Amino acid sequence: MSELAVSRRRLLTAGALGAGALALPAWARGADLHGEMIRPGFDEVSGRDIALTIGEGARIVQGRRGHAVAVNGSVPGPLVRLREGQPVRLAVTNTLREDSSIHWHGLLLPFQFDGVPGVSFPGIGPGETFVYDIPALRQSGTYWWHSHSGLQEQAGHYGPIVVEPASGDPVQEDRDYVLLLSEFTPLHPHTIMGKLKKGEEYFSYNKTTWTDGYGLSGEQRRMWARMRMMPTDIADVTGSTYTYLANGRGPDEGLEYLFNIGERVRLRIINGSAMTFFNVRIPGTKFWVVAADGQNVRPVEVEEFQIGTAETYDIVVEPTGEAHAIVAESMDRSGMALAMLASRPGAQANVPALRDPPLLTMADMGMDHGGGGMAGMDHSAMDHGIPSRTRAAEPMDNMAMGGMNMRDTSTLPPDVAVGPGVDMVSMNPVDRMGDPGIGLDKVPHKVLTYRDLVALVPNDDLRPPSRQMEIHLTGNMERYMWSFDGKKFSSVSDDPIRFAYNERVRVKLVNDTMMAHPIHLHGHFFELVNGAPADRQPQKHTVVVQPGGSATFDLTADEEGDWAFHCHLLYHMHMGMFQIVTVAPRGNRTDAKREETD
Amino acid sequence: MRVFVAALLASTATPAIAQDHSGHAVSAAPPPAQSECEMEAARHRAMGHPVPEGSCVPEASTSDEKPADAGTDHGGVDHSHMDHGAVGTRPIADGPAPAAAGAGPPRAADAIWGADAMRASREALRIENGGMSYFWFQGDRAEYRAREAGDGYLWDVQGYYGDDIDKFWFKSEGEGAFGEKPESAELQGLWSHAIGPWWDLQAGIRQDLVGPGRTHAVIGVQGLAPYLFEVDAAAFLSTKGDLTARVEAELDERVTQRLILQPRAEVNLSARDVPELGVGAGVDTVELGLRLRYEIAREFAPYIGVEQEWKLGRSADYARLAGDDPSVTNYVIGLRFWF
Repeated sequence: MSELAVSRRRLLTAGALGAGALALPAWARGADLHGEMIRPGFDEVSGRDIALTIGEGARIVQGRRGHAVAVNGSVPGPLVRLREGQPVRLAVTNTLREDSSIHWHGLLLPFQFDGVPGVSFPGIGPGETFVYDIPALRQSGTYWWHSHSGLQEQAGHYGPIVVEPASGDPVQEDRDYVLLLSEFTPLHPHTIMGKLKKGEEYFSYNKTTWTDGYGLSGEQRRMWARMRMMPTDIADVTGSTYTYLANGRGPDEGLEYLFNIGERVRLRIINGSAMTFFNVRIPGTKFWVVAADGQNVRPVEVEEFQIGTAETYDIVVEPTGEAHAIVAESMDRSGMALAMLASRPGAQANVPALRDPPLLTMADMGMDHGGGGMAGMDHSAMDHGIPSRTRAAEPMDNMAMGGMNMRDTSTLPPDVAVGPGVDMVSMNPVDRMGDPGIGLDKVPHKVLTYRDLVALVPNDDLRPPSRQMEIHLTGNMERYMWSFDGKKFSSVSDDPIRFAYNERVRVKLVNDTMMAHPIHLHGHFFELVNGAPADRQPQKHTVVVQPGGSATFDLTADEEGDWAFHCHLLYHMHMGMFQIVTVAPRGNRTDAKREETD
Repeated sequence: MRVFVAALLASTATPAIAQDHSGHAVSAAPPPAQSECEMEAARHRAMGHPVPEGSCVPEASTSDEKPADAGTDHGGVDHSHMDHGAVGTRPIADGPAPAAAGAGPPRAADAIWGADAMRASREALRIENGGMSYFWFQGDRAEYRAREAGDGYLWDVQGYYGDDIDKFWFKSEGEGAFGEKPESAELQGLWSHAIGPWWDLQAGIRQDLVGPGRTHAVIGVQGLAPYLFEVDAAAFLSTKGDLTARVEAELDERVTQRLILQPRAEVNLSARDVPELGVGAGVDTVELGLRLRYEIAREFAPYIGVEQEWKLGRSADYARLAGDDPSVTNYVIGLRFWF
């Protein structure tokens, strides 16, 4: 890797080179009866016609062996490199014994090529080849692709997409790398699903105990027990089974990004995990966030950000030391993915230990507590005296706890179905876009929040929304049920969320659970209503709704057809937190009306 | 490079809306022109009032809209009205989709691929996203019981097959002394229906497998009570007209992540004397137990413990008549497992 010439605008698929297939021990190569060993890291594919093959095989990560579903023989699968303004045909061949699919996450395209079996197309049967015939791309940036069939994504069926801009990229760098974060588990995804369904917080080993160090008072512990909930319910699946991966490599497997001092390094960070939020930082180094979900934003200087499942952030860093660790710690702090920025091959920086696991707080219960409007505040500026999330000594107001009703269903809109699948109703769901994410409000450095994101170029639809709709994120932790508006997809599969063509709607997502949910709308970008001016609201395809809080976006529904809309935590989606958004046909409307109407 | 620098400069030169108010950014590049409105907003923020960033920037796009001035719009904001206070400059009416949004099920793909081609995957999608059924089997107590009057054994297992709301639930319990016929053994087959976030209503049949071999109708509730007590309470009406009831409660107290102390209580009640079963009216038996288990895996946990059983009232008399001690202490070793 080190001998590669430094070239601006050249994308190095780090990881594909360092320890490729040849570095595997002989017994792990070719001798396996169940198929080829799956390689870590990825190759690159590009051009007018691209061929991808879905297969399976065995995979070993840091000595643990598991079954993998892999595309072109590697996990992650190949980097699909496209170009704005160019069409592409992707021929995907399925060699599995079951149906498969590829969804192009974040790409604007005709709905029939979006890749969701049962919504956009029938899926790709065993032995079949399906051609995604995508017209000239209307965007550039960092995206990814993954299976939308069963639980294949957990098993390794995912990879990065980079769409080169048609003309100059406003982000200029000397080195351009992809960092795709994901998980490896030796367990079959259906085994994980069964344990989530039948066990109680099966994968958590950070629970409160008689001997824990959380510093909760007895009163606080009793309050949580009375609610039948756990303050440690941060991640459903944890490092107790997952090895967190950077470009398919575990933290001990030495993913390295080379740089020369003085160079500007761009990292395209993709959260391709099934169930994990990551806290990403380069200890001791500030960096600029320059794009979110593939869309350029005004550069924001931060030292850390939390990335929800399925989000992408591009960052630019100018490393000054011999080596810097890129640490992607799981939100529950049960493990980390790791990569090294190295000025020479093998250069190592200190890797910090995992920080102490966080606890959920009053705000995560949907209690408007303290300043009330803290969610709208910039926490890094207003920190002092507004306790919102702390590991231990949060001043829980016990008087307030006494009379509270954690499930006051009378506050819900009438279209929310109240039943066994709803174990909590947020008492006062404030907008939490100013929240840096669970466990990060007390760190002594600047952490990105959605309020920091401002679109780099003006948005093209400046009409005010003609209506607002509210969608509640609902669940039951004990039964492991997840849904929108209290209704699992299995009960509303013929009752989609409907929009008129080119309708502009403000959608408010209200989180009536104590988990953060990354909500993804296929085929569109929506604009976060985050306090930025109307023409600079950042465009995203996935928005994290913090526990007990709300998040609001403006949507121009101008991509006709049926689109999946779901929580991107894989097992939440499969429990029913999924819906179809139908955008009415364009019909004979001549053109999108984008000018202001008032 | 040049463009990137330009972008950075643009960021510095933008009004407060684009500014990062955190420490380093502010010190590095103070807002160039802080308006009166912005100062007012900052003052409110310092007091903990929710003034969104951008409150001072008139929305150029909407000419007829009144400027979103922090002083009037948000300054005296009522914290309960976070809806528009936090995220927008003016409320937008809730409303249903217009007629142009169409109606009916989502079938856009049928026009491209054909309804027949879509049918199977559409049905699979529905089942895979919330419509699945699961099988669970738990040995809550499978134990050896050391006691004065001859060591014995006990099993207490249950399981289900079904979806989130409706399940077939089965339970079996029994105990006895080694070398003798079982003292009791029963099997229950129940329909279980979720009636709330934490509770299932259960109804069905219980068959006693030893003794007079009675059959009972069962109705009960099972679930998780506040403070995390696992509760199973049921009433039984036998074919002989005997009305009895059983209430069990267990609590998991985590000592460490894997070492768990489980207090357990069980009370059996009867509406009348049933001499052939040795059951007296009122409180028949009370059991209090304490088990300490170690979860080698979540689903595999050996335990040790102690359980005290009392027969009370007429039941105690029946026991004495039969030559049994109405008070028995069991020292137990067993396995809790599920899959």
